[in-house]
This record gives sequence, structure tokens and C-alpha cells, in this order.
Amino acid sequence: MTDTKIKIENLSFFYGKKQAINDFSLDIPKNRIMSVFGPAKSGITTLLRSLNRLYELIPDTRAEGRILIDNEDIHAPSVSLTQLRRRVGMVFDVPTPLPMSIFDNMAYGPRLSGIKRRSELEGIVEQSLKMAALWEDVCDRLDTPAASLSGGQQQRLCMARVLALKPEVILLDRPCSGLDPISTAKIEESLQELKKQFTIVIAPHNIQQGGRISDRAVFMLSGNLIEEGTAEEIFANPTDKRTADYITGRFG
Amino acid sequence: MKDFKEKLSGRIFFVLALSSISVLALITVFILIKGTPLIAEVGLKDFIFGMTWAPGRGEFGIFPMIAGSVSVTFGAAVIGVPIGICCSIFLAEFAPAWLSKIFRPVIQLLAGIPSVVYGFWGMIFVVPLIRDYLGGPGLSILAGSIILAIMILPTVISISEVSILALPRQYKEGALALGMTHWQAIYSVVLPSAKSGIVASVVLGIGRAVGETMAVIMVLGNAVALPESILDPVRTLTTNIGIEMGYAEGAHEQALFATGIVLFVVIMIINGLAQYITRDKNKGRR
Amino acid sequence: MKLSAKSSEKIAKSIIWAAAMLVVAVLAAIVIYILAKGLPTLSWSFLTEIPEGGGAAGGIASPIVGTVLVTAVAVLIATPLGVGTAVYLAEYTKGGAITKIIRFSAESLAGIPSIVYGLFGFIFFVMYLGLGWSILSGGLTLAIMILPTIIRTSEEAIRGVPGSYRETSFSLGATKWQTIYKVVFPAAIQGITNGIILSVGRSVAETAALVLTAGSSLRMPTSLFAPTRTMAVHFYTLAMEDISPANAFGTAALLIILIFIINVGANILLNRFISNKGKKKEAKGGKRN
Repeated sequence: MTDTKIKIENLSFFYGKKQAINDFSLDIPKNRIMSVFGPAKSGITTLLRSLNRLYELIPDTRAEGRILIDNEDIHAPSVSLTQLRRRVGMVFDVPTPLPMSIFDNMAYGPRLSGIKRRSELEGIVEQSLKMAALWEDVCDRLDTPAASLSGGQQQRLCMARVLALKPEVILLDRPCSGLDPISTAKIEESLQELKKQFTIVIAPHNIQQGGRISDRAVFMLSGNLIEEGTAEEIFANPTDKRTADYITGRFG
Repeated sequence: MKDFKEKLSGRIFFVLALSSISVLALITVFILIKGTPLIAEVGLKDFIFGMTWAPGRGEFGIFPMIAGSVSVTFGAAVIGVPIGICCSIFLAEFAPAWLSKIFRPVIQLLAGIPSVVYGFWGMIFVVPLIRDYLGGPGLSILAGSIILAIMILPTVISISEVSILALPRQYKEGALALGMTHWQAIYSVVLPSAKSGIVASVVLGIGRAVGETMAVIMVLGNAVALPESILDPVRTLTTNIGIEMGYAEGAHEQALFATGIVLFVVIMIINGLAQYITRDKNKGRR
Repeated sequence: MKLSAKSSEKIAKSIIWAAAMLVVAVLAAIVIYILAKGLPTLSWSFLTEIPEGGGAAGGIASPIVGTVLVTAVAVLIATPLGVGTAVYLAEYTKGGAITKIIRFSAESLAGIPSIVYGLFGFIFFVMYLGLGWSILSGGLTLAIMILPTIIRTSEEAIRGVPGSYRETSFSLGATKWQTIYKVVFPAAIQGITNGIILSVGRSVAETAALVLTAGSSLRMPTSLFAPTRTMAVHFYTLAMEDISPANAFGTAALLIILIFIINVGANILLNRFISNKGKKKEAKGGKRN
């Protein structure tokens, strides 16, 4: 068993008065891929977004309990929000290229952290694009708008853009939900490489994907943690009946 | 440093927003300060209902101007509103795509043409026509109403059209599915559903007509007297200010600011009404 | 006698078509009449010579310069104020009382007649601040007048920027200001520019507010504190005082051409803005499915 990277302790989450996550505790190991899955509206997106505090963009939201990354409470007043979001990068369910060139998309994060030298930026961009297996596709057209890429390429660009932040944790919220099988395979492949350097939390877009890629998995239902364990346990021999029902397709 | 920039930018935007609204306060305060002493001296009732406007003799009654504003605005609404609403229905429901593509910029151009150009056209084209065929001096309520009717068209058309286009498509489709003709669907489903937006467009158009100055100076004749027919010349609240402000002094100048207060209040009521109507609509939608 | 559904459909349709054609005909009548009478006067010397004899002879060079300067002052003052207010409304408030007050004020300002702006400009800029009848007084008065337009169009443009852009920018570690400056502004700039261009049109066309604030001098202005007469005011004076019908028509024709150019420019920008937005939406919708 490796070290714990993220420790979630008794997390409850509220949109106004509506509770989306109930008393949720989970240890997320370092350098592993952790799948969080369950039916729609189970609080999975909310959970991911609470790890980089992105939910704070929505007014009238509130988190209770503690989230520790490397034993440091991310809600502590000393924590810089922008630093946190750089340590915990996020890829969304639809590709979200910003309306600028491929290069500027890639350099967006590094520039924010104060890197201005073109050569340094170019190095980061190239390295990150290679890690996301996109460099070959785009190296000769870095100045074209990111929106001109195909959907799968856009999503890999978004991953590369997160990698350029040099994060510690990568959150992926159903990153393949709109993609064709080939693009999906490419992303899954690169995740196996990436976990050597990063801690990855992913909401897979279906159970098969969860089974293919994850080391550990957690099943969520209506904001509650139902079951957690290694991927083989959860996807092959779940102990909880609700998990089994969901995996065999009885509901969801 | 970053936090500092973050806070500073937020503050700056807040200050800019605050300055924008303080302008409204500033306008209100300065016009009130300048105008209220005269109203207090003459008495609100005598000021508004007084029949004689003779600044040289110290008589300040603006009732003829109020009558002028009301009659010209009413005339403009009678002519302009039906045409405007018909145009908005045309654009939203009947016009082929290529035609509405031409039509919309035309309406925009109509809105952009300087009001003095409309006034001038009224002076050299509409006024002689009225004088020759209907009698009277030509410079008249009718001439003013026609010019203002043209000028409020863009307001009425664009806001009505937007409110018709904003309706869910199912409304009309449901009506057509029941076997209604296109016109029956428009008349019995589309127009009633878009009512608040259309009413708001009319109210805003009326606001525009009440506030217009230069165009009506050129075609109304500007006589300070109660009109007896639509062929009589009149003077409105706005033209009263526009004509006399250039040479007014002392109490006379104050009286023009007092006229401005009356105008200001009327416009605020009209705008408040329009805002209220559209707000109601938004609530209903949710 | 009750009309059959078919015949009432026909009648209603013809009335509506007739109304629409009437509006086009009236506009065409005005524009063609003015252009037909005015275009012969428009010449290089008319544009470059200073008016003489109160506009009876000479050209309209100084009113052109006056118009440009007054409009420039108005736009330079109103743009930062209006766009800043719009940013505050769209990005910083969450629908509280302050937002409501700001929006109410902006909407109320939009309805105030220009002659009332003129009264205010006269008492505040000309008299109280001692700026006299000047380009500055006129420009500041117009700035207030066009402020609501700039606020409204900018706010719409900023709100039209997809929320996912903001989310993405924040998730990459940007602060709010960085997000606004690097992502929201560039995405909204065409819509904002469209509003500014429309405001330029309004400034060029305005008369009532300027008669009371900018003066009526026909001399070539030497500073922002000098009085001036804009083209619209000059045209009004020529027409009302029957000084020179030919020059009046010439000035009016130039005004109409200017407004036409401004509208076309604004439309081109707006169409590009809309089609860009459409593309983005399409791209997104496509991938969702």
C-alpha cells in the first residue's frame, strides 16, 4: 500500500439547503488511479470539485468536514486558492479550450504563475503535449485556434494544459463522455503513464472504463459512500448489494 | 501582490459602477435645486394648471404645454403603435428570411437618423402637405404626431419583435396543430402571450415621444395656447425648454428647469411603468 | 356578417404587409429626398472650408471637427465608466440590492430626454464647474447620455461569454481579475465595441443636449475649452433660420451617410460576434451528443 495523498474526513456538502454529499470519508492513495462512480446526481462531480474548491464559484454553497492533501487542510485560511488549483488540476466532461491559440491555451497556467520567458514556456508546452500524446498532432500548428482541433484532440489538449501546471493531483470528470473509442483509448493509455507521476481521481464515463483503468474504486449513491476497495473487488466481487445491482445494470 | 491586484480590481469596478449611478443622483439633485424654488414660489397647482405663460410678466403656467405634450404624444401613439406592432408581427411571423435580413437594418437606420433630419423633412414635406390639403398653418399637432410616430417606430418594432420571438415555439405549434390558421394562431395565442413585451414597447415608445425636442420644434409651430383641433399649432414641455433656454435668465430660467422637473417626473413614471411591466413578465416565466 | 377564417387570414396578412411596406417607403422617401437634394452640395471644398456668413457660404469644416471632438470626449469618458459598470454587474454582484439599484439607475438614465440632459449639462458643467459652452461640456453631457447604452450592450456581451471559460480559467489557477482580463474581455470585445459604435452614432445625431452645452461657435476650435457647433446643431440652425437650404441639405446628407456607415459597421461587428458564439455553441452541442 502506498502513501495517502488525499484524506477526506467527514465531508458534507450543501447547495443552499440541499445536501449533496453526506458525511463522506475516503483515503486516496498516491500514484494510483482512483475511480469514483455511481448513477447521475450521486454527488460525484460535487466531490471532485470540492477537492480543488471550484464549487466556490457557485454562490450559496458550503462544505463541512476536512480535506487534507499531504496532511494539509485545503480549507485552512493560509491556503492560497490559486495555488491549490494549480496543485489539483481538473479536466472537465466536455473539452473546454479557451478561445485562443493552442500555444496560448497551453501557456495559460504557466504564465499565470509568472513564467514569461518564451523558451521556458515552449519547453513546458512541448513536454506537456508529449505527455498527453498530442505533440505529434499539433507541433506544426501551435498558433492555430484551439477550437479548430477535433473533439478528442481538444480533450487531450485540456489534459496537457493541466499537466503544464505541474500539478500533484489530476481530477478528471467523465473526460471521455463525448469522445470516440479511439480518442478514449488514447486518453486511457496516457493515464497509465501519468499515474507514475501524479495522483489521479477520475469519474469514469461507464463501468467498463472504470474496470479497465483504475487501481481502486469507490461507489457513490445519493451523496453517500457505499463501498470502497481495489478495482478487482469493486468491479468483480462487490460486497454491497447496491453496488452489485448497479454494476450488473439493474439501475442507473 | 496578486491578492492586492485582485482586491484593487474589484474595488475599481465597484467605484466605476457607483459613479455611473451617482450620475443619476447628480442629475436629479441639480435639476431639483434649480427648479423647485420657482415651483415653491408660484405654487405647484398654479404652475401645472396655470393657463398663462408670460415669463416677462412673471406668469408661469405650463398647462398649455402639458396639453401640447399629451396631444402630440397621443397622436403619435395612435398613428405609430398599430403600424409598429404590425411591423413586428411581419418581422417575427410573415417575412421571409431574406426580407427580414434587409428589414432589420432598415429599422436600425430609422433609429439612428438624427431627429433634426426628421424634423426638417416634416417641415419641408409634411407641413406644406397639411397646409395645402387640410388647412390651417400646417405647423400643427398633426404634423408633430406624424413625425413622432415615425420616430417611435424603431422602439415599438424592435421590443415587440423580441418579445414575440422569445415565446416558446410550442405555443404557436400547439395552436396550429389544433387546426387554426396562421393568423388565428397569432391573434389568439401569440399576441396575448407576448402582451407584456408589446405593452412595454408601447410605453417606451410613448416615453420617447414625450422626450423628443428638436424634431417637434420644427413642425409644431410652438404657440403657447390650448389647441382646439389637430390642425392647431402647440408647444410641448420639451420644446418650451429648447426654444427659450437660449435667452432665459433669472426666474424665467428657473421656470424652464421647473418644466424640466415635470418632464423628468413624467418620464420616470413612464419608465418605471415599463420596467414594472417587463418585471412582471419575467416573474411569470419562472 | 362573420368573416371566414380564410378571408380574415387574407385581410390580416395584407394589412401587416402593407404596414411593413409603408415603413420602408417612408424611410426611403426621407433618405432619398435628403440625399437627392444634398449630394450635389457635397464636395471637397464643402467638407474642408470653414463656414462663412453663419453658414450661408463656405463649407462645414469646423462643425465636422467639432462633432469629432465632442464625440471623442463622450466616448473616451463613457467607455471606461460604462464597461467597468457592466463588468461589476455581470461578474461581481450576485443579484443583491446594489445590483438592483445600479440596474434601475441605468434603465432610468436611458429614458431621460436629451433636453433634460442638456439642462443638467448646462447647470452642472457649463455653470457649476465653470467649463462654459465648450467641447468639454458638450462631450461630458453626451458621455452621460450614452452611458446606459454602453452599460447595457457591454453587460449583455459579457454575460454571453460561456461560463465554461471562466470555470476553466479558475481551474487553471487564475484569479478573478486574471480571468476577466485574459478570457472574458477578449471573448466579449466585439459585443462591447458594437455598443460603443452605436453610441458614436447617437452622439453624432444629438442636437438638443448640445445646443445648451457646447455653444454655437462656427470658428475652428483651438482647445477642448472652446465652444463649438456640431454638424447636427449646425444643420438645425441652417434649417430653422432658413440660412442656406443648399448647405442644410448638404449637411443632412453627410449626417445620413455617416449614420449609415456607423450602422453598417456595428452590424458587421455584431454579426461576427453572433456567428462566433454560434460556432462555439455548435462545437459544444456536437460533442455532448
